[in-house]
This record gives sequence, C-alpha cells and structure tokens, in this order.
Amino acid sequence: MAEVQMYKRTPVEQDLHIRRAKETMRGQVLMFSLMIFMTLASFTFVVAYQQGVEGFSQYLVIPVLFLFAAVQVGLQLYYFMHMKDKGHGVPQMFMFTGAVFGFLIPLTFVTIVWW
Amino acid sequence: MSSVAQKRSFGAAFWDWMTTVDHKKIGILYLIGGGFFFVLGGIEAMIIRLQLLKPNNDLVSAGLFNDLITMHGTTMIFLAAMPILFGFMNYIMPLQIGARDVAFPFINSLGFWMFFFGGLFLNISWLVGQVPDAGWTSYASLSLASTGHGIDFYAIGLQIAGGGTLMAGINFLVTIINMRAPGMTYMRMPLFTWTTFVASAMILFAFPPLTVGLFFLTFDRMFNGNFFDHTMGGNTIIWEHIFWIFGHPEVYILILPAFGIFSEIFTIFSRKRLFGYPAMVFATVLIGFLGFMVWAHHMFTVGLGPTANAIFAVATMAIAVPTGVKIFNWLLTIWGGSITVTTPMLYALGFIPSFVMGGVTGVMQGAAPLDYQLHDSYFIVAHFHYVIVGGVVLAILGGLHLYWPKMFGTMLNETLGKITFIFFFVGFHCTFLIQHWLGFWGMPRRVWTYMDGQGWNTANMISSIGALLMAIGVIVLVINIIMTVAKNQRVGNDPWHDGRTLEWAIPSPPPFYNFTTTPLVRGLDSVWIEKSEGNMTGLTPAEPVSDIHMPNGSIIPFLMTFGMFVAGFGAMYHQETSWGLPVLIFGLAWTFVAMSARSLQDDLGFHVTKEEIQRDIDNARKGGQF
Ligand code: HEM
Ligand SMILES: [Cu+2]
Repeated sequence: MAEVQMYKRTPVEQDLHIRRAKETMRGQVLMFSLMIFMTLASFTFVVAYQQGVEGFSQYLVIPVLFLFAAVQVGLQLYYFMHMKDKGHGVPQMFMFTGAVFGFLIPLTFVTIVWW
Repeated sequence: MSSVAQKRSFGAAFWDWMTTVDHKKIGILYLIGGGFFFVLGGIEAMIIRLQLLKPNNDLVSAGLFNDLITMHGTTMIFLAAMPILFGFMNYIMPLQIGARDVAFPFINSLGFWMFFFGGLFLNISWLVGQVPDAGWTSYASLSLASTGHGIDFYAIGLQIAGGGTLMAGINFLVTIINMRAPGMTYMRMPLFTWTTFVASAMILFAFPPLTVGLFFLTFDRMFNGNFFDHTMGGNTIIWEHIFWIFGHPEVYILILPAFGIFSEIFTIFSRKRLFGYPAMVFATVLIGFLGFMVWAHHMFTVGLGPTANAIFAVATMAIAVPTGVKIFNWLLTIWGGSITVTTPMLYALGFIPSFVMGGVTGVMQGAAPLDYQLHDSYFIVAHFHYVIVGGVVLAILGGLHLYWPKMFGTMLNETLGKITFIFFFVGFHCTFLIQHWLGFWGMPRRVWTYMDGQGWNTANMISSIGALLMAIGVIVLVINIIMTVAKNQRVGNDPWHDGRTLEWAIPSPPPFYNFTTTPLVRGLDSVWIEKSEGNMTGLTPAEPVSDIHMPNGSIIPFLMTFGMFVAGFGAMYHQETSWGLPVLIFGLAWTFVAMSARSLQDDLGFHVTKEEIQRDIDNARKGGQF
C-alpha cells in the first residue's frame, strides 16, 4: 500500500534548494580540480626526479607524494562521499577507530613485538 | 495471536519458523540453537571431569580427550555463549529502543542460519570420527600437524558461524544507530542496549582478523598454502597473534552483554536508577577500546621479549580499572535500594563476588613474570571459568529467568529457579575454586590423565563433584521449563512489577509489530518515569495509530547458507576425492544463485492496517490477549 505523495515546494524553498545545489556543485568542481592538479603535480615531481632536476631528491618527492595521497583520500571521503555533510558522525567515528586499530596494531608489530 | 497460532498445522508453523525474519522469533531460534549446543558442550565437560575424577583413569583415550576439550571450548564459546547472548540481544534490544524490528531483518535471519549451519558443520566431525583436537585456540604448529579432517571441520565450521556473527553485529549496530524511538538519545539508552552496541562494535573489529586467520589455516591445510609453515618461509607465531587479536576482544564481546543483563537486573530489583549511569557507559566504551590493546598477554611465554611483555602487562592491568568502576556502580545501585531477592537477582548477587575473583586472577596473570609460572596450568582454567561461568553463564541463566515471561508470557517457577541457582552456584565454586590450587601444585592444563601420588587426587575429585552439582542445577532448570510450558499460566505486561524500560510496557509476548504506536521517550528508564507521573500504561505515543510497514519472511537465508555448508564439504574433500571440487563449485554456485534471487526479487514487505491495530488495542483494553 505504498502511496505516492506529491509535495510542491514553495518558491522560497525552491530558491533555497537551487542555491544550495549550486553551492555544492561549486565545491565539487573546485575539489575535483584540486585533485586533478595534485595528480598532475605528483607526476611532474616524479618525472623531475627521474630527469635529475636539481632539488627533486627522493627525500622530497616521496614524502610529498604520501602527503598528496593522504589529502586526496581525505577529499574523496569528505567531498565526494559526503562525510563532511550532517549525519555522518557515527560512520566517521567507526572509520577513525578502525584506522587507529589498523595503525596501532601493525605499529606494535614493527616496534616491540618482532624487533 | 494465540487463537490463530493454535489452529495452524505443524507444517505451517514449521515453515513460519524456517522463513521468519521477526527479531523476536530469531531471538528464540538463537536461544534454542545456543541452548542445544550448551547441553552438548556440557556433556563433553562432564566426560572430561569424569576422566579426570581419579588418577590413571582410562575412561577415554588420550586422543578422544583432546577431541573433547577442543570441542568443549569451541562449542561453548562460539556456539553456546555467544548465540544465547545474541538471542537476548535480538529479542530485547529492539524492544528497549522502541523499534519494530532490527534494521536488516533478512540479514538477521541469514546470521542465524550461518551460526546454525556452522555449528552443525563443526559437530558433524563427531559423526565422521575425525574431530578437531588442537584446542579451541588451534595453535598453528599443532593444527597443521593434526591428521585427518578434524581441524578442517574447525576452520570451515567457524568460518561459516563467524560470518553469521559478523552480520549479527553489524545489524545490531545499524539498528541502534538508526532505529531508536523519538527521544531515545544515546544517553537514555538502557545499559543492555549500550553493551549490545559496544559488543557489536567489537565484533565489527575483532571478527575480520579471525576470518583472515581461518582462511590462512584453510589454505594451509586444504589448498597447499604455507602461511604458518616455517619450513616454507611461513611463521607459526603469526597465527597466535591473529587468534588473540580476535580472541581477547572476543572474551569482552561475551562479558559486556552479560554486564548489560546484570545492570537491568540490579536496577529492577533494587527499584533504583542505575548508579553512575554515565560512568557505566563510559566504562563500557573504554573496556571495548582497551580490549584491543592487550592481546599479547596470552603470549607472554612465547618470547616476545621484555619490552613487549612489560607494555602488554601494563595495558592489561589498565582494563581492570573500568571493570572496577562497574563493580562499584552495581554495588552502589543495590545500596539503599528496596531489594527483592528473586531468582534473577540471586544470579546477579552471586555474579559480583564470582566475577571479582575472576578479575583478580586475571590481573595476576597480567603480571608477566607471574604468568610464566601460571601459564598453561590449571590456574588459567580456573581464571577463565571464573569470568566466563561466573560472569557470562550466570548472566545467561539470570537473563533467562528475567526475560522468560517477556518472551513466552509465562513465569518460570521461582522456587525451582532458586534451587537451580543454589546447585549451579555451589557446583561452580566447588569445581573451579580448587583448580587455582591445582595450578599452583603444578597440574598442567589440557592433560589427559595424571599419575597417583602427586597430591592432586582429592582436588580433582572435588572438582568433578562440583561439575555434577552444576549438571543437577541445569537439569532442574530443564524440568522447570517443561513444567512452566505445560502449565501455561499467562502473565501481564510487567510480571516483575518494577520494569523500568520499554519492553515491560508491552504485552508478553509482544505482538509481532511490537509497539502499536512508536513510543516517545522522555528520559532514562522511560517506563518508570511515565509510571511515576501517573501514566500507568508506561508509554506515551509519539504518533497517532497508523499503518505499520513490516518485512516479509523468506526461505532464501536458509538456502544461501545451505550452499556454503555444502561447499565446505567440497573444500574439505577436494584433495583426496574426485567429487570434492565439483561439490565445492556447486555449493558456491548455489549460494550465488540464492543471492541473485534475493537481489532480483522485488519484495516490498506488507502493511498492517490502522484498523487491525485499532482492533488489537480495543481487544487488549477489554482484557484480551494480543
Ligand atoms: C571479563 C571477562 C574475561 C574473560 C571472558 C576472560 C577469558 C580468558 C580466557 C578464555 C583465557 C584463556 C586463554 C587460553 O586459552 O590460554 C584468559 C586468559 C587470560 N586472561 Fe582473561 N578473561 C576475562 C577477564 C580478564 C581480565 C579482567 C584480565 C586482566 C585484567 C584477564 C587476563 C587474562 C590473562 C593475562 C590471560 C592469559 C593467561 C595465560 O594463558 O597465561 N582476563 N582469559
Ligand atoms: Cu585476554
């Protein structure tokens, strides 16, 4: 007995809706460009390192690549998978707890258990 | 429901139970399944104690003894204690938060059938005559050396049952996060719901390591893997780590719901609000978190070195702190309350000293240097039975008496209940207290028999007598259950008269849709608040009577699991037989087809109409049963 209910937004609501949608879209595009930029930058770094450009040693390139990767994961989660939006507190809590365990337990192995 | 139910044929009722997705029926199925395995594990325990009754006994062979201890431990932990607790969680938790079912009723049923078929798979080993024999911990060097298919039954059986557990855990989490009634904030949830929540979160993080470990073991034994074979570059110790990364959280997965049940019992029968509720919640969460940081206290003697041992020793002792907080809060809940010593309350009162003793021996073992003396001795056996029997099993028995009227609408006989308690409690201490000393006197755990003249004879005799007393207690309980069912004297909504949480404001047993209208929650111990303000129904509706959307039953979970069960046999026999591989593929394909059937089917459930609900309400007003 699933009834379909029609609901007409008032003009003000419709306005707000459109404005919000626009804002979200702007954010998405912005972040998307940022991610593409970071990807390009990463490739450039690696190429620069391979070409032996002065200053692009592996001690610079590798940490920077990791940093960019971390930022990209964050952007992916928060912008494109909506973790920044309301109502995602509990999933965040579980993901962070999992990350903490996933970090601490291997850390224990490599520091105190085996060596 | 009764008049309709009685007219149905046996076949229809049977089909109804096979296909049910109702959390209350699945809860009862868990209780029956877990109860069955509890009896099975109990029989194994009795044979163990009979074998150890006197020195140089040869009631069972050494090999059979190994089978017995392995199956006893595995059965009791995975197939008895956990499923029975799941039974309570399934039945009670949705009622406590004012929900009509769990979040994923279909997955709930799938979880039950996976537990059931996993347990069946494990126990078919008895019929085949090749039984797991490397202990419930199944340490890899031993389990890889074990001949026959015994350990294969362990690896695959637990894999299936473990999958069911994971599903149940996730289901409970989503239910508690999303389906609380209006006003039921996190800090108004009854403690049993809170402990269900934290235990489920621990399942979410602890079972994947077990799954991985069991897969490694399966590959090593059945598919030429070498994860644990050091001659091939593997590492046998890694199994111990994986097992205990799962295993220590597992013991807290068992004890937390037990804590929850006792918290309910203490508040109801002291007629007081739980003392220090926020501290209790915080302690529960903290225990859940710290539980993941201490696994290596099971491996002090492996040779991890002083740094690791010291750190894990300190971490282990830290857990005793939140546990102590809980004990004091319970004591202060009883303090000054108006106490009625009913059967559930007896169990709760007996639990406190018993569990404290288990906790103290736990801290002793947590001191790494001392554990070098205690490890693998009977002291360990005494410790974990004090926490598991003195904690978890007492909670299960107390919870059974407490919730029986809610689940079946009849009251277990109090006198028989108290007799059960006395036999069980005395028998429990008689069996396990003396085992601490057996450990001090040098008796190693997991030995088949012992020689005369070591001073262990009397102690073992006492221990075996205690086991007999516990068995008598359980038999009295069974008699009690049979008598109660036969008498069938119906009780009302709140048979204990002092129910504080939502489940005590609805009929016993509740109608299949639980609440005629979703309740509005205005504080901790919602029903108590309503009643003390003069609303004797104990409920304030949050909405007018309206149609209720309910899920349809389905046989697909049963079929899905059956495929895995079949595939298990295929995997086990694929090396020595030609039919093994086809059976493995057939089983997996079967499961896959069942899964596709579920995905393609468009099952939108059904609605209970306003009129039907109104009729039930009017009926109840006239004094009728739902
Ligand atoms: C709360 C419920 C608890 C349960 C269900 C439980 C269960 C167990 C089990 C089953 C074992 C045996 C492992 C084996 O096969 O060797 C064990 C060992 C141990 N438990 Fe507990 N335990 C509990 C509480 C505690 C507490 C509170 C502590 C310490 C603060 C503790 C510390 C230990 C230690 C150190 C061992 C290792 C002993 C050894 O093998 O040498 N346990 N526990
Ligand atoms: Cu432990």
